[in-house]
Amino acid sequence: MEGIWMTVAFYLLAATILGSALLVVMLRNIVHSVLWLAVCFVAMAGLFLTLDADFLAAVQVLVYAGAVCIMVVFGIMLIQRGDMGSTNLFNSQTKAAAGVVALVLVVCGYLSATTQWVGTAVAVPEQTVENIADILLSKYVIPFEVAALLLLVALVGAIFLAKEVKADGHND
Amino acid sequence: MGENIFTGIAAGLRTILAGAGVPPLASEFIVMLVKLVAVIVFVSLNVIWLVYMERKVCAYIQCRIGPNRVGPKGLLQTVADVVKLLAKEIIIPRRVDKVVYLAAPILVFVPPMMAFAVIPWGEGMAPIDLNIGVFYVLAVASLSTIIFWMGGWSSNNKYSLVGGMRVVAQMVSYELPLVLSLLGVIMLTGTLSITEIVNAQRGTWFIFAQPLAFLIYFIAGVSEVNRTPFDLVEGESEIIAGPYTEYSGMGYAMYMLAEYGSMMVISCMCTIMFLGGWLAPFGWTFLPSWFWFFIKVYAMIFIFMWIRWTYPRIRVDQLMAFGWKVLVPLSLANIFVTGVGMYIYRAIGW
Repeated sequence: MEGIWMTVAFYLLAATILGSALLVVMLRNIVHSVLWLAVCFVAMAGLFLTLDADFLAAVQVLVYAGAVCIMVVFGIMLIQRGDMGSTNLFNSQTKAAAGVVALVLVVCGYLSATTQWVGTAVAVPEQTVENIADILLSKYVIPFEVAALLLLVALVGAIFLAKEVKADGHND
Repeated sequence: MGENIFTGIAAGLRTILAGAGVPPLASEFIVMLVKLVAVIVFVSLNVIWLVYMERKVCAYIQCRIGPNRVGPKGLLQTVADVVKLLAKEIIIPRRVDKVVYLAAPILVFVPPMMAFAVIPWGEGMAPIDLNIGVFYVLAVASLSTIIFWMGGWSSNNKYSLVGGMRVVAQMVSYELPLVLSLLGVIMLTGTLSITEIVNAQRGTWFIFAQPLAFLIYFIAGVSEVNRTPFDLVEGESEIIAGPYTEYSGMGYAMYMLAEYGSMMVISCMCTIMFLGGWLAPFGWTFLPSWFWFFIKVYAMIFIFMWIRWTYPRIRVDQLMAFGWKVLVPLSLANIFVTGVGMYIYRAIGW
């Protein structure tokens, strides 16, 4: 009983993810693309929920749907144009794109065909947050700190850019 | 008295379903459905009542009487207003982004409603007792930013667009201190589960252990629901009604009601994180736990309204400067002091 519902949920979510991702790429208006991107992210969170990873699902909603989409929104508002109808266009590099896509498909297909998929019988622990925290601050503390450093550099860079614009404004 | 009235109803429903030969999974499903529908109905009714309360509080502060014609003491005023708004034409201006324009006021109710799924209304009365409850509420609440922006952007109106930009800037800026202020409490309890956080307050409420965090959370919360003194989003003297400018009839009403829904979420979170949730103060357990929760939530809501009708609106640059230069550093300092304090307590051996 449980298994059937999980399968149904998986296929519904997978269809939502693929459909919305396709719409993100295909739509001409970048605003609609962003909104479908948010739908895609939320559906991904649903997929995490079916795998009992509720913390990851919440992170997915908070960081991706709640923050990454907002970053794109900031971008859209800063470069406002009169007509938003053709802001997310295709270019003419179809041959190169087809080649890259074919390569990615072949590599993914080959890897997934040759991988030995082992399903573990061990249940997912009830409390995933503690385990993630333990691993993050012990085994993976150096990558974690490097990521923090990267964010700091980005932050300093943003402040520097903002300051420079201001100085120019005074000179003009 | 009445302590087990709601948990009793759930238990009774389960017994009846089991007696009728319904399989356990289906009966769990039905009980969950009943719980969620009950929460949705309860919150919707509350929101309608809150509009009335807001007008009465406002009237009291301004030495007026307020609504007093429809129903006893004017209690049915909002019901009449909602019926009127339902009957009104929904005007769709030319060249709006139609689907986004119509979807925004419907979606705007989703994040607050989803947050209510984990709010414990009394002891053992959380519809769903998630072990990451606090984090879940924050994650769901972060979705409302983009929905307000949908309304502001799709209206194809410059006031709406300015309002939409303000929503995004303000909500993103104040989400940071909102989350960081809760970290102090989470550090003290070492859990993200709402039930455990409330139970950890049996000794002292966290408003006494974390007064600064409470203050930051409250201020950021006022800003998150876009109320005075942070209601620049709909500053009527500058940008008419911000993202809601072009909306008419029920579309507009949905935004207004969703604002009260979010205000209830923030008040509930204040109650849970800092005011001891459903715990009775001074051991006054003669009132049931759900009643205490309710009183605390309404006390918080009253403070929200009190502030709204007594303070002027602040400027945009003041808003940003206050958020980034005061609230964020203070909440970081609070985390630091909490961490150091915990180590000192442990070293002393309390």
